Amino acid sequence: MARLIAKSAASGLLPIEIGTVTLTEETPAAITALMPFAGKLRALSAALKAAHGVPFPGPNRSSAKGGTRVCWSGLDQAFLIGDPAQADLADHAAVVDQTDAWAVLHLEGKDAAEVLARLTPINLGREHFKRGHAARSLIGHMTALIIRTGAQGFTILIFRSMAATAIHELDVAMRGVAARAAVQSSP
Amino acid sequence: MRITCPLCGDRDSREFSIRGHETYLDRPAPDAGEAAWDNYLHLRDNPAGETAELWYHGAGCAAWLRVRRNTLTHEVLKVDLVRDLTGGDHAD
Repeated sequence: MARLIAKSAASGLLPIEIGTVTLTEETPAAITALMPFAGKLRALSAALKAAHGVPFPGPNRSSAKGGTRVCWSGLDQAFLIGDPAQADLADHAAVVDQTDAWAVLHLEGKDAAEVLARLTPINLGREHFKRGHAARSLIGHMTALIIRTGAQGFTILIFRSMAATAIHELDVAMRGVAARAAVQSSP
Repeated sequence: MRITCPLCGDRDSREFSIRGHETYLDRPAPDAGEAAWDNYLHLRDNPAGETAELWYHGAGCAAWLRVRRNTLTHEVLKVDLVRDLTGGDHAD
């Protein structure tokens, strides 16, 4: 019987470093969509806190504990990123494994916001899009989940089938930002 | 045009797609008769001014929205979650 070789979504494409910005791949052990049943949000949030240390997030928010992050991902939906979901969460919510459906990219560096701003229509200003904030929006024409993880860091979830395109677009944006910085700093 | 999604906030129109007039929220009963169905499916006003439409936030939270807007000024007057208007299920 054939033995299949597991490959990550960005295998062979990352990491890349251009100018002040690096783009790397994260490979969380699991990504699980949690969609609470009608009236079950509080019960799910309590179970989530007990099992994984994080409550169900409000719209446009995420929180992390240890290596596990829970992130709002749409109307009555959040992603648990990191640990596999504990079984009892299924008492309160539809729990769907999406581990292999997403590429998880991390953009880090002084000009990371400038790079991302070339590709997404949302306001990434630090006074507007703060650490722990999350947004469903676009990277180019691709739907994405964007999380600010720090002053100079963003985690980006993109459909796995579009990983190579997303990396190409980010690579072009990184080159553009670095080239502009080089022009501006030259005498 | 920008639409303020009740969940996501102020967003660019490229994140949304339009379904049509809010008439689509009032689906007739199956036996309502030809006139009601003709009206529901085909007959639309083309107002120069305020109207209300259904928009889908496909590149955002995936919610259906009712957007009241002015077709002359492109001003967006009010945005509601459709489930709040129709009594749809809530997780909270």
